[in-house]
Amino acid sequence: MQVLSYLIPISLILGAVGLAGFIYTVRSNQYDDPEGDSRRILSDEWDDHPKP
Amino acid sequence: MGVETPSMAVCPGCVGLPETTVEPELKDAQIALSLPTIHCQGCISAVERGLIAHPGVRNARVNLTLKRAMIEAEPGLDAVDLIPVLEGLGYEAHELDPGALSVTGADKAGRELLMRLAVAGFAMMNVMLLSVSVWAGAMDATRDMFHWISAAIAIPAIGFAAQPFFRNAWSALSVGRLNMDVPITLAIVLALITSLWETSLSGEHAYFDAALALTFFLLAGRYLDFRTRAIARSAASELAALEVPRAIRVRDGEEHEVAVAELSVGDLVLVRPGGRMPVDGVIVTGCSELDRSLLSGETLPVFAEPGLAVSAGEVNLTGPLTIRATAVGQDTSLHRMAELVAIAESGRSRYTSLADRAARLYAPGVHILSALSFVGWFIWSGDVRVALNIAAAVLIITCPCALGLAVPAVTTAASGRLFRKGMLIKHATALERLAEVDTVVFDKTGTLTMGVPELTNMDGFSPLELSVARALAQGSSHPLAVSLSKALKVEMAEVSGIEEKPGFGIEGVFQGVQVRLGRASWVGAEQCEETATWLSVGDQAPKAFYFSDALRPGASEVVEALKQAGKMVLLLSGDTKGAVGAMAARLGIEDWQAGALPKDKVARIAALSKQGHKVLMVGDGLNDTGALSSAHVSISPASALDAARVASDIVLLGQDLAPIADACDIAGRATRRIRENFSIATVYNLIAVPLAVAGFATPLIAALAMSASSITVSLNALRLR
Repeated sequence: MQVLSYLIPISLILGAVGLAGFIYTVRSNQYDDPEGDSRRILSDEWDDHPKP
Repeated sequence: MGVETPSMAVCPGCVGLPETTVEPELKDAQIALSLPTIHCQGCISAVERGLIAHPGVRNARVNLTLKRAMIEAEPGLDAVDLIPVLEGLGYEAHELDPGALSVTGADKAGRELLMRLAVAGFAMMNVMLLSVSVWAGAMDATRDMFHWISAAIAIPAIGFAAQPFFRNAWSALSVGRLNMDVPITLAIVLALITSLWETSLSGEHAYFDAALALTFFLLAGRYLDFRTRAIARSAASELAALEVPRAIRVRDGEEHEVAVAELSVGDLVLVRPGGRMPVDGVIVTGCSELDRSLLSGETLPVFAEPGLAVSAGEVNLTGPLTIRATAVGQDTSLHRMAELVAIAESGRSRYTSLADRAARLYAPGVHILSALSFVGWFIWSGDVRVALNIAAAVLIITCPCALGLAVPAVTTAASGRLFRKGMLIKHATALERLAEVDTVVFDKTGTLTMGVPELTNMDGFSPLELSVARALAQGSSHPLAVSLSKALKVEMAEVSGIEEKPGFGIEGVFQGVQVRLGRASWVGAEQCEETATWLSVGDQAPKAFYFSDALRPGASEVVEALKQAGKMVLLLSGDTKGAVGAMAARLGIEDWQAGALPKDKVARIAALSKQGHKVLMVGDGLNDTGALSSAHVSISPASALDAARVASDIVLLGQDLAPIADACDIAGRATRRIRENFSIATVYNLIAVPLAVAGFATPLIAALAMSASSITVSLNALRLR
């Protein structure tokens, strides 16, 4: 059962990382245009400097 | 919403990162355009490429979700310059007022909800992991430890995430009412308290996961609901932003462009041809024709000369007019009409949505059931702990998790589908009401028709006359002249000295004789009932070009489809008998009424409602607003006046009318799905509640019932897409 003392913190930290990542995406407006973003990837224009 | 740049004090780890914010660089975009017809990747690329290639455009970004382009441009470049560029590419474009688009408030609320949802989701997953091991048979100290960790995660998470429910429940309770949030709050709080108590006594059952799952699913429902409404709201505010209210004020002989709000009574206002009257007033100088169709439904232009009173909303057709304002802002006839609508509007809130009806039955039932099981178990076992545990289990299991998702999931799916078809659902219960409709009333001008004249008789003229007419019509911006020169595909005759007499017509000299194209009285002919312009060549008798209003695309299809669906179709118009009758015959509408005043329309709809019909009103003009707001549900096209759009529940974004028939169909299916969802949720409850009351419910059963019903309900809603 010793392993629990590592695994539980690890699982919590991983979850927290995911949460932090999600909060980052919300704060940086990445859900403003979900439809457009999912289509932009299909663009056939080669672009070395994609717009933010 | 700003993004905080990481600062040293907050996070030393971030110092190495470049100081870029992810915020799009279009914060100071000066131009916003609405692009209702874009739909795919090709459109995004074409629009962005086209805009950036235009000189003066620094940056352009399309938002496909909102069907909008934000453009950062050099000073001096206007939306007016860019709209033709996009129209050249084949996209409809309308100017938006970027100021009116500030939706920061709604945006912030949406983000807050999303954040709470994320926290609840994170906490739920972690607690669920721990709970699975408890259900799998963790014992004694291990189980206690897992429970304590769960508590440590659940309590702060719920404290943050469930705030909206606590707040709503409190505001309902403080005025002595019950709403859906009261049982939710009670269930969450009671679950936390009993679980803590159980944990402290090393008990077996803790409901931390259930409390979190409940919060998560309900927040998901709230978020969906919010999002659907936010999209509708932003699109509606976009429509309001389409009308950029400016006027030209003349002071000491100088013209200044000012906001309409700055005008005051007595100001002289210049209205150019094609412009809309910003205020009520009296014409001081100039001669022209006025299009009053948006206010009265009448298509025949009215002659305007000094001394005539004009109302806000009328369109000036030919010559520039200077008017002296007699009423501005809130006092204009346009605004007064809009206010009447707001009053009529309040009557509509009498409709109770399916969700509310369900909640009314549900909320007291849940409380009574839970209280009864507490009392029953307390009497039978004499143990507060057992009784409280069971009461909490009952509350958790009956909690309207699936009910909270049942309606938002369906309306989101249905509104999304309708939005893709070009319809904007403004009102939360509009879909449910639309599903009940059995009678459809159309307005004519601007609704079934485009409000654009179309030449109907070309046969009665000699080629020479046609070429003269074309030459005369060429230079004018009057709608009839524009339509005439578009319809006549003949060589232009050589007419010299062409001169436009605002309000009367165009004259010139052809082979030594005077030629005129214009109003009947001006060329010496009898005024007729239909929309017409007259051509006179020298001393010959003048001949008339007749016009009918061009049908809106999809008009005949929608009438056909509605009739096939067994709905009664009516046509009520303020236009003349001839024009309305011809239109009704063309579309196959048997029941029609011409010359209807606004109050006639309202009365007719009221009479229909009294007979038990549920009326859908489709209209665009000010004369329709009363009818729009008194009907069971109403639709107006995006080209309608602001007041009409405000009065209606659904706005058609494109030009095509055809989606109306689909909308009725989709609304019917959506309502069926909502009812199905309620039944599904009820079935789950019927199975799980007896278990809970009997004391057999474990946290595992609660979790299973809750997740399974929520997922079934969401999947059922998704079938609509």
